Amino acid sequence: MSYSRIPSMTFAIAAAIAMIGCSQKEAPKPVPAPVPVVTAPVAPPPKPEVTVQLGHVAPLTGPQAHLGKDNENAARMAIDELNGKGLEIGGAKIKFALVAEDDQAVPMQGTIVAQKLVDAKVNGVIGHLNSGTTIPASKIYFDAGIPQISGSATNPKYTQQGFTTAFRVMANDVQQGKVLGDYAAKQMAAKTVAIIDDRSAYGQGLADEFEKSVIAAGGKVATREFTNDKATDFAAILTKIKSKKVDVIFYGGMDAQGGPMTKQLKSLGLKAKFLTGDGGCTPEYIKLAGAASEGQYCSLPGVPLDQMPGGKAFGDAFTAKYGQIQLYAPYVYDAVMVMVDAMKRANSVESAKFLPEIGKTDYQGVTARVQFDEKGDLKGGAISLYQVKDGKWEYRETIGGAPVEMAKEAVKEAATAVKDAAVVAGEAAKDAMKDVAKEGAKAAADMTKSAADAGKSAAETTKAAIEKK
Amino acid sequence: MDIFIQQIINGLVLGSIYALVALGYTMVYGIMGLINFAHGEIVMIGAMVALTVVKLLVNSGLPVFIIILIALAGAVAVCMAVGYSIERIAYRPLRRAPKLAPLITAIGVSIVLQNLAMLIWGRNYHAFPPILPDAQFDIYGATITSLQVTIVLIAALMMAGLIVLIHRTRLGRAMRATSENPLIAQLMGVNINQIISFTFVIGSALAAVAGLMVSANYSIVHFYMGFMLGLKAFTAAVLGGIGNIAGAVLGGILLGLIESLGAGYIGDLTGGFLGSHYQDVFAFFVLICVLIFRPSGLVGEKISERA
Amino acid sequence: MMTLAHSLGAWRCDKRAAIAATIAMGLMLAAFPFMIGSALGNSWLRIVDFALLYIMLALGLNIVVGFAGLLDMGYIAFYAVGAYLYALLASPHFGLHLPVWLIIPAGAVLAGVFGVLLGAPTLRLRGDYLAIVTLGFGEIVRIFLNNLNAPVNITNGPQGVSGIDPIHLGGITLAKPLSILGFTISSLHAYYYFFLALALLIVFITIRLENSRIGRAWVAIREDEIAAKSCGINTRNIKLLAFTMGASFGGVAGGLFAGFQGFVSPESFNLMESVMVLCMVVLGGMGNIPGVILGGILLTILPEVFRHGAGPVQMALFGKILLDPEALRMLLFGLALIVVMLYRPAGLWPSTTRRREFRGESTTDALKEGE
Repeated sequence: MSYSRIPSMTFAIAAAIAMIGCSQKEAPKPVPAPVPVVTAPVAPPPKPEVTVQLGHVAPLTGPQAHLGKDNENAARMAIDELNGKGLEIGGAKIKFALVAEDDQAVPMQGTIVAQKLVDAKVNGVIGHLNSGTTIPASKIYFDAGIPQISGSATNPKYTQQGFTTAFRVMANDVQQGKVLGDYAAKQMAAKTVAIIDDRSAYGQGLADEFEKSVIAAGGKVATREFTNDKATDFAAILTKIKSKKVDVIFYGGMDAQGGPMTKQLKSLGLKAKFLTGDGGCTPEYIKLAGAASEGQYCSLPGVPLDQMPGGKAFGDAFTAKYGQIQLYAPYVYDAVMVMVDAMKRANSVESAKFLPEIGKTDYQGVTARVQFDEKGDLKGGAISLYQVKDGKWEYRETIGGAPVEMAKEAVKEAATAVKDAAVVAGEAAKDAMKDVAKEGAKAAADMTKSAADAGKSAAETTKAAIEKK
Repeated sequence: MDIFIQQIINGLVLGSIYALVALGYTMVYGIMGLINFAHGEIVMIGAMVALTVVKLLVNSGLPVFIIILIALAGAVAVCMAVGYSIERIAYRPLRRAPKLAPLITAIGVSIVLQNLAMLIWGRNYHAFPPILPDAQFDIYGATITSLQVTIVLIAALMMAGLIVLIHRTRLGRAMRATSENPLIAQLMGVNINQIISFTFVIGSALAAVAGLMVSANYSIVHFYMGFMLGLKAFTAAVLGGIGNIAGAVLGGILLGLIESLGAGYIGDLTGGFLGSHYQDVFAFFVLICVLIFRPSGLVGEKISERA
Repeated sequence: MMTLAHSLGAWRCDKRAAIAATIAMGLMLAAFPFMIGSALGNSWLRIVDFALLYIMLALGLNIVVGFAGLLDMGYIAFYAVGAYLYALLASPHFGLHLPVWLIIPAGAVLAGVFGVLLGAPTLRLRGDYLAIVTLGFGEIVRIFLNNLNAPVNITNGPQGVSGIDPIHLGGITLAKPLSILGFTISSLHAYYYFFLALALLIVFITIRLENSRIGRAWVAIREDEIAAKSCGINTRNIKLLAFTMGASFGGVAGGLFAGFQGFVSPESFNLMESVMVLCMVVLGGMGNIPGVILGGILLTILPEVFRHGAGPVQMALFGKILLDPEALRMLLFGLALIVVMLYRPAGLWPSTTRRREFRGESTTDALKEGE
């Protein structure tokens, strides 16, 4: 045996090297070779075209592939749009190229892909989708000085690591769980709640914050139950919850479980209302839950698309091109736009140059007005609540710090440059109602109402306006 | 009390679903001594095909019963073809190979089928249209739907059918002979290739039925659904004694009951320390305990190691 | 390197050739990261680093599956134990920052203990029953890691542990570029050499084990447990030893993984990972150390090759992307598993005895039967 050992070991290694060598021959570099180098040029007389590569990472295979593809489509759409506009930054025509990668939602793959993007010298990274892959990858981007904006990683830790390159355009679990718990205890008037989570980093994080918030608002948590992110049968835990006679069931997890769960909840004869976070706030949820979804609640960070300037246009364009929005597409779209916005302000596409500008972002996106705090989290973090009505998610209200400004902004825009908002708020609301009349006066009333709930200064005048009406 | 009865019903329904899938596992294992890791994926293919047919026909005005029958026929036909090809391509050439070789090809087949399904049917979760009658029965305050009753009945029927097939027919005798000793069976004039193909085809047909039932019950279909289902069913089959038809059903139902009662009661019994997040731990714990005292499952025969 | 060369050489009649081969191999391994790094970029270097981790895992599992013939489908549990031990003892989670030379051996020991925990109740089980119990054990470990954040927060649950200290030896940390004698070695290179050293140590231990009394006892149990018992082998202890040894290698690899990644969460240790490591062992050639190493390398880099290749190759062949490259990547990977097994049922590089046995069964008969 041992006589042949050393040569055979040598062969093993040699074979491996050969393998890698061969693989390289078969597999040319992921990005077509003619891509020019990506440093900002010194603006020579004939305007050069510079290709700026943006990386995008999400799981494109495995159980969450549908969400990953949705994200990628949004990034692609943003980039197509930008290329269509023909931007000029630093005196050069800019062409954006998307380097889309699959991390399978596996942390190890996440770091390999991150390294690949760093090697490919991307100027910025959009993603990843899951917190579990985003966190380990963020270290690699930080070391390489590449800015990263995630549109969907909600784990608070992502931005707490002290990495100056890490940003997200999505409320984190703490912000969202807090609002949800408060909403359940106050608006939904729940005395007792049951909490279910899927034991994923996202579901558990959200459920924990929800629990704290419910208790703080005077509610009682009757029981905490658990499932997993691959389960389809929830009869056992729902039956147990039935015995506790709760008012609201909160689920921290994704639509693929939330939908069937709602269905089973109805067929077991539970009367409790169902409330879930952004993971369940999708059209898929309604499809999967069927008739049982009627009257159930969910929340989504940001403000509804059709209330945002440009939001409806984005939604329509996306649906026409790629089909229904799954979940995070608008956030990813914003993430791309925020990054490019920073490039414009820095007048450079070099990571090191435009990175400081990202922190100073004040960008009107399709999901929210994006501003970052010192950690890279979304400032304010407005949360909107929705309820299913006639098989569709219908907007209820927006809670959180930013919407005050948001609503004020909307009122301001409607009044077209009147300086004293407090005085003209009544008129403004009227105008706003006329403007939005096509979309239904009710939405406007809701909006005005949300403004009333949120900001005291605007509140009274707006209410008066409604009463006058 | 109504809660307890409900939990028993939950366990029974879940167990019947496991049993439906486990029957296919155990049958292939019983004849060939091979864990067909791709079985869960065949269930998924069955569900996908059934869903496609139902979606095509749902607005055709045909009666629901006919639509379901056509969907079932389509799913069974496709799954049989898939099962047959898998056996021919990935398992038959390895019949004499080291024991673990077919296990690896099975894993390969499983990955291939998953990604094929993803390419064909897309990455999204699909909702199974609610066309089946959804009557609910009330038993002392607990509820069960007509579909769930059907699932339990089908599981029982299939078990009975398979037992008759294997123990009462000529074909069954040939199957048992192949299982005992393929070489001798061949000498006795049994065409073992045919028998093994046949076993696979039957197992795949069972998978198709299971696929339709599972997707109709949970109204959700996804290319990844086969993996967990297959794993649980495999556990159920081993719990009962893999290779034994009655054992698969017994194991399935037992597993369903353990999960259901475990999730329902252990949390309160342990003061919240072991809640429903340890549902799978209870299942595996019971499995390990059973296997320590009965190393070949609850009703499994003592098997000797194959080469 | 020197010790390895020394001891390997010591067995050989032809010492000089052995030393030459070892030196050549050593030089190649030392230069390897620079070749990879400059030719293919750092992402491949990272992949190679992971490949080294998987080689350690595959070698550990090889002891259990390849030598002792015990089918273990929950092997990743030991990797998880090692990784979490490192994560908990060297991160801000508990505020502990113990040195690496303490944690890695502790990880090996703790994983070994878990190996006994798994081995003891399963001594009577064989074949597929053992497979399902080990699979269950792997899942149980993962579920506990996922849930032990309440009532007392030990593992931080699904959120995982972040901010783990990078591997550091004495005052040198591998996370930052090192400069030695004017050379600057990047972090990935430094990890490569460290992982390589430990992988070689594990290779060395495995080779020594294989040729020892214990190794022969394992093989005896694999071939025929009853016969082994009647030859006076204490099958219980020997089996437990296989589990322990295999597990401890997994623990070492896990610790390195935690230090390398800086973040661990339970989702890294799911069933698919166990299955992958098993595939490495079987595909490479069960029981044959070079084969297992080859399997580990191949299965780590194959998906990456497809990742880099699936899109561009389609572009070259058809002028456009017909099939989604990412779906195609996993599809090809699955096909590769099937094809390799069909053409080399005993693995890519089976041990000589195994190859002989297999040929003894007469492949032509099997083929005839297949038709």
